[in-house]
Amino acid sequence: MAPFAGFDMPIQYPTGAIEEHHITRRSVGLFDIDHMGQVSVRGSGADEWLSGLVSSDILSMKNGDAKYALLLNDAGGVIDDLFIYRFPGEWFVVVNAGNRDADAAWFASHMVPGVDLEDVSDATYMIAVQGPKAISLVDAVSGGAAGGLVRFTAGTAAIAGVPCRIGRTGYTGEDGVEVFFPADKAVELWDFLLAEGSRLGIETAPIGLAARDSLRFEAGMPLHGHEITPAINPIEAGFKWACDFSKDFVGKAALERIVQAGSARKLATIEVTGGVPREGYEVQDGAGNRIGEAVCGMFCPTVHKYACNAYVDAAMAKPGTAVAVSIRGVPKPGSTVKRPLYLPTYRR
Amino acid sequence: MKIDQNAKYLKSHEWTRKDGDAFVCGISDHAQKALGDIVYVDLPAPGKHYKKGSAFGVIESVKAASDLYMPMSGTIVSSNTDLADHTDIVNKDCYGAGWFIRFTADDPKEWDTLLSPLEYMKVSEKE
Repeated sequence: MAPFAGFDMPIQYPTGAIEEHHITRRSVGLFDIDHMGQVSVRGSGADEWLSGLVSSDILSMKNGDAKYALLLNDAGGVIDDLFIYRFPGEWFVVVNAGNRDADAAWFASHMVPGVDLEDVSDATYMIAVQGPKAISLVDAVSGGAAGGLVRFTAGTAAIAGVPCRIGRTGYTGEDGVEVFFPADKAVELWDFLLAEGSRLGIETAPIGLAARDSLRFEAGMPLHGHEITPAINPIEAGFKWACDFSKDFVGKAALERIVQAGSARKLATIEVTGGVPREGYEVQDGAGNRIGEAVCGMFCPTVHKYACNAYVDAAMAKPGTAVAVSIRGVPKPGSTVKRPLYLPTYRR
Repeated sequence: MKIDQNAKYLKSHEWTRKDGDAFVCGISDHAQKALGDIVYVDLPAPGKHYKKGSAFGVIESVKAASDLYMPMSGTIVSSNTDLADHTDIVNKDCYGAGWFIRFTADDPKEWDTLLSPLEYMKVSEKE
């Protein structure tokens, strides 16, 4: 078990991290992600207020839509990355565990009349069901609630009598859903989903933090605190697509200046041979000069590569550039490559 | 925890077994379990000589990288090349197909100074 933002979470279950990764890619992985926080935003001023705080165009979302968005500081740094669901009369915002306090402070300091904000994290449990057979499993236990949803939308259904919000979203590069429900039903629903997987002959296994990290890494998704932080802006991180410059939002002016001036560094994915690149390892050019540092790195089970993400001099970030990563003091040859290493199945 | 009764051990969890005139070395069941899934192994080329206690290779798991230590002074005869693409063998069969190196010892009697299976079991249980 590892301490993770105040929660004790398993790095892996007895299955083992690599096998957990493979199970999620071939069948169904079950993720206990109650550490994720949820904030409910309501009120007559909620739409305009939230839109002004996040990078994405959320006002065009219809009820049931789900969208990725960034919460930026005035300098354009990423306070948090969010998943925002629109329900009738409510914005349901999923935040990172480690950022709950920072997000709450930011929301509070920008509060206006007409906005009713409630942190519902403690009352809400969150389980992700991910993998090519996840929809079949959830459909079988929810009267077909998952298959009827298109990607990035959400609905409601009962599973084992428990009222759930089900979003066709996830953090693995696989199809699947994220399920929100009353926290006192957590053990019941977790055990039920595992048992139903077994009963239906759908291989279903609990997945720990290590595989969660390798799955999201292969799929090119960021982990806050690594690829994105309050000191990193979405332009250099490659998330300009999540910023809608046709509307106003906190951090927009800073981002426009950054776009105008160009980024000195950029996020690059680097494949390495000769060891496992890890967080904090130095990235070098061919002459041995330091050009950056890895923000995370690992063995990638599906693509069978050793790779890291690193911020490097912008000129060196272009895919196909020869670089080296210093692994335990020894430079190992590598090359920048295109992200993602594994194209999410729903984007094919 | 499985222990190979025919092997002797280092506190750092390497096992060593007599194999004809030479010796074979790997890591213990306790070690592979503690490390988790092994994802990279760097082993030396034949002919290299190492002193007892010096690092002859590196093993990396999903969690961390660890040095591998030479149980006795000696010269590498061969390394297990099967591990290059199938590091999971170390997790599945650490005392068998997951061996690391075969070496000839400068002084074969050095084997007698290593930890017995019982001594090693006591050491690893304290961790």
